[in-house]
Amino acid sequence: MEEYILEMKDIVRTFPGVRALNGVDFRAKRGVVHALMGENGAGKSTLMKCLVGINPPDSGEIWLKGKKVQIQNPNEALKLGIAMIYQELNPVAERSVMENIWLGREPMLSKLPLFVDHKEMYKKTKELLENLEINIEPKVKVKELSVAKMQMIEIAKAISYNADIVIMDEPTSSLTPNEVEHLFSMIQKLKDRGVAVIYITHKMEEIFNIADEVTVLRDGNHILTKPISEMTIDSLITAMVGRYLTDMFPKMQSQIGDVKLSVRHLEVPGLLHDISFDVRKGEILGVAGLVGAGRTELMETLFGLRRKSSGEIFIDGEKVEIRSPSDAINTGIGFLTEDRRLNGIIPVLSVQMNIILANIKNYSKLKIFLDLKTMQNDCEKYKERLKIRTPSLEALIQNLSGGNQQKVLVARWLLTNPDILILDEPTRGIDVGAKAEIHTIITKLACEGKSIIMVSSEMPEILGMSDRILVMSHGQITAILDRKDANQEIIMRYAAAKTNAAIVA
Amino acid sequence: MAQQNKVSNFINKYAIFIVLIVMIIALSFLSPAFLTVQNLINVLITESGRGILALGVAFAIISRGIDLSVGSIVSLTSVIAASLVQEPSYSARIFPNLPLLPPIVAVLAGLAAGALVGLTNGALIAYTAIPPFIATLGSMIIARGFALILTNAYPVPMLRPEFKIIGQGSLGPIPYVVIVFVIVAIIAYIILNYTKFGKHVYAIGGNVNAARTSGIKVEKNLLGIYMVSGICASIAGILITARAASGIATLGNNYELDAIAAATIGGTSHTGGIGTVPGIIAGILILGILNNGLLLLGISPYLQQVIKGIIIVGAVVFDMRKNARQK
Repeated sequence: MEEYILEMKDIVRTFPGVRALNGVDFRAKRGVVHALMGENGAGKSTLMKCLVGINPPDSGEIWLKGKKVQIQNPNEALKLGIAMIYQELNPVAERSVMENIWLGREPMLSKLPLFVDHKEMYKKTKELLENLEINIEPKVKVKELSVAKMQMIEIAKAISYNADIVIMDEPTSSLTPNEVEHLFSMIQKLKDRGVAVIYITHKMEEIFNIADEVTVLRDGNHILTKPISEMTIDSLITAMVGRYLTDMFPKMQSQIGDVKLSVRHLEVPGLLHDISFDVRKGEILGVAGLVGAGRTELMETLFGLRRKSSGEIFIDGEKVEIRSPSDAINTGIGFLTEDRRLNGIIPVLSVQMNIILANIKNYSKLKIFLDLKTMQNDCEKYKERLKIRTPSLEALIQNLSGGNQQKVLVARWLLTNPDILILDEPTRGIDVGAKAEIHTIITKLACEGKSIIMVSSEMPEILGMSDRILVMSHGQITAILDRKDANQEIIMRYAAAKTNAAIVA
Repeated sequence: MAQQNKVSNFINKYAIFIVLIVMIIALSFLSPAFLTVQNLINVLITESGRGILALGVAFAIISRGIDLSVGSIVSLTSVIAASLVQEPSYSARIFPNLPLLPPIVAVLAGLAAGALVGLTNGALIAYTAIPPFIATLGSMIIARGFALILTNAYPVPMLRPEFKIIGQGSLGPIPYVVIVFVIVAIIAYIILNYTKFGKHVYAIGGNVNAARTSGIKVEKNLLGIYMVSGICASIAGILITARAASGIATLGNNYELDAIAAATIGGTSHTGGIGTVPGIIAGILILGILNNGLLLLGISPYLQQVIKGIIIVGAVVFDMRKNARQK
C-alpha cells in the first residue's frame, strides 16, 4: 500500500490582494491524526478548502491514493472519500437526523423509485450510528441536538460516504470538556478504521492529546511537519509565530495623557467576565486574543450594541450609561466594526452616503433639510486626507477595493469627531499598501490625542502599533502588557491561557 | 471600448425611461386616439391614485420591507371618509344623526386611519421583528374586515358635492387628482433626497447592521416608513372615493399589487437601498400606458394581464442582471 493516502504538492492560492498559500506541501497517512496548526490567517482553512474544492488551488498538485486528482467542489471530494466537518455546522435543523445523513442520496423504494424508503433509511442510520456507538435516535430533529451531537452526526455522515480522509476544522471550539472527551474517542475509532484524520486547531493542549503528527503553517508557508513526540509547546509556538519585523510599522510616539476611558468589572453573562481596563489620551491599546476570546463582544458592549449585566464605564472620570450606538456616538466613541460587509459598508449606496452615515443628523438645516453642500465639502476633505481612491464621491462603495472601503469607514467615524476610536481588525483582508496607509492614519490620530482601542488578530500589527496590549482568553482579560514587555510568544501564551472561572453559563 | 461602456452605462441607467418613451412613440403610431391631450389626461387620472400608493410602498421596499396593507387602507379610508360626508337628506346614512361636517374632517379622518394602520405595521415590524410581509399581510386582512364591518359590505353613496369635487374638479385642464399626485411625488422626492429621514431609509434598506452601528435609530425610522406608506394610501383612497362618488369597502382590493408592481418596474429593489421617485413615476406610467394602449388596440383584458405579468418579471430580471454586472 502507498505510504501516503494524500499528497498535496506546492499548493498556491491567491485571493485579491493576498497570497493565502505560497507553495505549501502537505501529506497525510492512513490511521494517523495529523494536526494542522498556525495562527489566525496562516492558511490552515484555506489549504483544506483547496483540498475539498471550495477554493480550488491556483497551482499545485493533489495526489490521492497514488492518483493525481482535480477536485472542483465538495461533492466531488466526498465521492473521492474526503469529508470535511466545518467549524460552523450547517445542518437542516428542522429535519431528522436520518434525513440529514442521507440528504441528496436518499434510499428509494425499489418498486416505486419516486418515493423515499423511510424504513430502509431508518435501518441504515441505526446500523451506522450503532457501529460508531453514537447513541442518537435517527428520527430526532437535528435542532434538538447539542452542538457536540451534531458533530457526531457529521462524523457519521462522513463515514457513511466511506470517507477515508476526514478533516475537522476547530471541532472543539464550542464543546464542553466532556464532549471533547467523547469527540476524541470518536477520532480514535476513525483512526482504528484506517481513516486519515486532519485536525485543524490552535489549541495546544489538544494537540498533544490526540495528534500523531503536526504540520505548522505561517503566512501561507509550510514551516514544518514532525511527529508530535518531537515537539514541545514552546517549539510549536515558536514555529507558529516565527520572527517578524516590527519596524515596518510607522508608529510615532504620541504624548500619552490622562485616563480617558475606564471600564470596571464589566460583565456580560456567558461572554465577558470581570473586564477592567483604562485607556489614556493619545494611547493605542492593542487587544489580542484568539478567535472567540470575546474581543469583539467587549467592543460591542462598550459601544452599546450589547447589554452589560453589571459593571461601570467612565469617560474623563464621569460615569456614563451607553445603551445604544447613538448614546456611544454622543459620548464621543466611534466603532469601526470587524466585518466590513456585514456591519460596515452599505454596498448599494455612494461613497458620500457611506461617509456621512453616522453623522447625518449634524447636517440638518432648519431641522428638516440636509445641508448637502457642507456634506459634500466635508466628504471631499476626508477623501483627500485619507487618500480614498474613488472615481467620485457619487460612485457606489461596492466598486471600491477593500482598502479604500475601509478608508471610507474610517472617514465615517472621523467625521463624528470621536475622542475614543475602537478599531476592530482595521486591516483585515486589505492589501499591504492600504494597510500601511491605515496604520499611518491610526498613529496620527493617537498623536492628535485620540484614544485608540485596536483589536487585531495579527501579532505584528498588535506589537507594531500598540502602546499597551490587552490580552483576552475565554471572555476574560489574562494580561495587560507594556509595549516593551511584550513579544509574540508571551502574548500567545496569555491568549491560549485557560481561565479558571467558568463563565460559560 | 470606453465609448461602448459609456453607452451601455447610459442605457442601464435610463432603461426605464427609454422603455417609456419607446412605448409612447410606438402607441402614437399604432393608435391615432393615443396621443391626444384628453387620452393622456385620462391615463394620468386613472393612474394618479395607484401612483401615490406606489410612492408610499416604495418607502417600505427601499427599507427592505414591503407593505401589503395599502390596498386595504384605500378601502378603509374610502368608507370612513365617505361615511362622514353623505348628504343629510339620504335616508340610509352610515351615521344617521351626523351633523353637517366640513369635508376636511372626512379627509383628516381618512388620513388618520391610514396613519394608524401604518403605525401599527411599523410597530409590529420594529418591535416584534416579524417579517414585514407577515405583519402587513395581517393588517391587510384586518383593515379589509373593518371596512366591511363599518358598511356591512354596502356601498356608501350620495356624497356631498364639496367632497366629490376633490376627485372630479380640475384647475383649468388639469384635474385636482393629478395635481395631488404631482405634489405627493415632489414631496416624496424631497424627503428621499434632502432629509435625514430619507437618507436613513436608504441606509436601513442597504445594510441594517451598518445603519444601527452608525447610531441610526432603526425602530423609530421603521415607524415613520410605514406611516408614510399608510398616509399615501389614505390620500389615494380619498382621491379615488371622491372621484367614484361613493365609499366602497372593496375599492382598494389588489391595489397593493399594482403599487408594488409599479415600484418594482421603476427599479425599486426588493433587496433594499435602491429606488428613486422618477423611476417609480416611470413605472406607474408604463403600467398605465400599457393598460390604456392595449385597450385602445382592442386587445383582450385577459391578455393584458399576461403581458403585465411578463413585464414585471422581465423588469426585475433586467435589474438583477444589471446589478450583478456591477459587482
